[in-house]
Amino acid sequence: MTDPLLEVRNLKVSFRTEDGTVQAVDGVSLTLSEGETLGVVGESGSGKSVTMMSVMRLITDPNARIEGQVIYKGRDLMALTQDQIRGVRGAGIAMIFQDPMTSLNPVYRVGWQIAEQIQAHDHVTKQAARARTIDLLASVGIPHASERVDNYPHQFSGGMRQRVMIAMALSCNPDVVIADEPTTALDVTIQAQILSLIKKLRDDFGTAVVLITHDMGVVAEMADRVAVMYAGRIVEQGSRRDVFYQPQHPYTWGLLGSIARLDRPKPRRLATIPGLPPSLLSLPPGCAFAPRCGYRFPACEQTPPLIDKLGNGHLDACHLDPQAKNDARASAAAPPELIEDST
Amino acid sequence: MTADPDVTADPDRDVLLRVEHVRKYFPIRKGILLQREVARVHAVDDVSFELRAGETLGLVGESGCGKSTLARCIARLYDLTSGSVIFDGRDISKLSRRALRPIRGGLQMVFQDPYASLNPRKRVGTIISDPLRIHKQGNRSEIKRQVRRLLEVVGLSPEHVNRYPHEFSGGQRQRIGVARALALNPKLIIADEPVSALDVSIRAQVINLLDDLQDELSLTYIFIAHDLGVVRHVSDRIAVMYLGKIVEVSPAEELYRRPIHPYTEALLSAVPIPDPDLSEQREHIVLEGDVPSPIAPPSGCRFHPRCRYATEICAREEPPLVEHGSPDHIAACHHPLSFTRATAAGAQATAAGGPPAEDQV
Repeated sequence: MTDPLLEVRNLKVSFRTEDGTVQAVDGVSLTLSEGETLGVVGESGSGKSVTMMSVMRLITDPNARIEGQVIYKGRDLMALTQDQIRGVRGAGIAMIFQDPMTSLNPVYRVGWQIAEQIQAHDHVTKQAARARTIDLLASVGIPHASERVDNYPHQFSGGMRQRVMIAMALSCNPDVVIADEPTTALDVTIQAQILSLIKKLRDDFGTAVVLITHDMGVVAEMADRVAVMYAGRIVEQGSRRDVFYQPQHPYTWGLLGSIARLDRPKPRRLATIPGLPPSLLSLPPGCAFAPRCGYRFPACEQTPPLIDKLGNGHLDACHLDPQAKNDARASAAAPPELIEDST
Repeated sequence: MTADPDVTADPDRDVLLRVEHVRKYFPIRKGILLQREVARVHAVDDVSFELRAGETLGLVGESGCGKSTLARCIARLYDLTSGSVIFDGRDISKLSRRALRPIRGGLQMVFQDPYASLNPRKRVGTIISDPLRIHKQGNRSEIKRQVRRLLEVVGLSPEHVNRYPHEFSGGQRQRIGVARALALNPKLIIADEPVSALDVSIRAQVINLLDDLQDELSLTYIFIAHDLGVVRHVSDRIAVMYLGKIVEVSPAEELYRRPIHPYTEALLSAVPIPDPDLSEQREHIVLEGDVPSPIAPPSGCRFHPRCRYATEICAREEPPLVEHGSPDHIAACHHPLSFTRATAAGAQATAAGGPPAEDQV
């Protein structure tokens, strides 16, 4: 196997707060190959955004403590100076943020905001940057790009603003685009537009994409590989088909089971995961999911490693024997403890 | 077109809520002293439907389609521009605030954002007991007992009465919102995107809670959401709105099996399915462009600029809501899908004859 384009090694991020230390990310390792799309799923507070913000070195909170390595093209991003990391941001790794309403500056014209970044990375004239901006806006599907380039963000709808954000991310031909919940704030029909745009651009430019989302449907549609996060750790990681058709971690089962799905007959009741996600201030010893898990047994008091038990690149962090898990999933469509009288 | 129904002579005792030709226009004003009205936002435009007791009506559509405005019109948080809302046999659309007060207890709302809809400076006990105190439901100790009972009903611990909203998670806060809505024993609860702000696993818990409460307290729901999976799960019937109009109403399961309106079809196809193979196989209809401005909605069928089946008649004539196959399944389209051509032609012929007034659900 060739070297991955981006590799996160044992990343740990903690924040000191008045109430104690919040362990937001606890030993995350990830790889991303060229042209690949990695879906990172998890609920709020699972650490998916903090992981990617750390990769971009965007966490500047003095109370944050970041350990681990992020290797991009052979260089450890954590060891770079501020000047060096600025050369990577935008040009090498770009980011699309969740909320297109707040991530554009309302007092500057959108064209200026894109051209600024082109001029910062490439030494081109103002005119050339503007021309490239118009091309970019047209390529992300903004009609009358040559006129719209001089509009302010408030003159755009939510979907259009997200297109502008995508144009901005692509402006310096990055190898990696990190999209943090790019469609969460949008309606389904607009979400479909943006997802098909990201797909098209990914195929045209060969960009690798990290797609952070909480929507399993979006992951199923977009990702090549999937990483499921819970309480700051990756609990399962594998190819899209493996994770959706052979999920190995009880949390993934619960996540898949609790969706009201359009493609299946309607259950009488939705399956739920009992309880709440744990507080990151005081994680339970061992598996963080154990208190909510219907299959916990004494071994769960030790932190399970994320290992490839099946030998096919499908990693999971659960002490259960793979055979036992297969039986459990086969005995019901979903594990019995997670389903409440679903007949 | 404002109907003036005889309120007392309601033949159908089962009907809890009847919405007739409701319109809500918001004026856009210009000028400082002489506030000239320069345009109107057509937020809700001639919407009619009926809701039977014990039923759940799902209301879906994109942001800006008027679903929240409609909910607020029904709850009389807004005054209607025209039309009437008949709740429990009484026309409440023109009542004064004072006359509304005794009725409000029967018709409660649960709001979308569990972070913004609870006063951060009030304790949970006060938040839930406020409706009881305002409506003078018992003395202090009775109210206290009632609050503890309500907390238990929504699955929170009665010991939590003295806590503040920030001490709760999003899902728990939404439970507090539900407890507040239940305080006055309402008949109808309008839930405006009650689970949109919650994580998937918590969302399922709150949906199941609402389900249980409906069974136990024989509640009637209007459930607004943009997540079509959630709406299908909770609803008996679903109404699809587009730009201030209802374009299709159908029994829940049938809407997914046999959508009539092209907008419904596109909406369903846009929902991502958590199954990689199915997701690759199925046809994705990607609607072009955005929802047009409700200030100057398109002529004829409001969906025609984005519709892939649109022909010249769609821009010219507004299609009426007519039955398609069963009396429960109605839609407003000149080119209905999943429907035989002959019957469709018949429906169009009758539509061309008279004014599009027959849009009773």
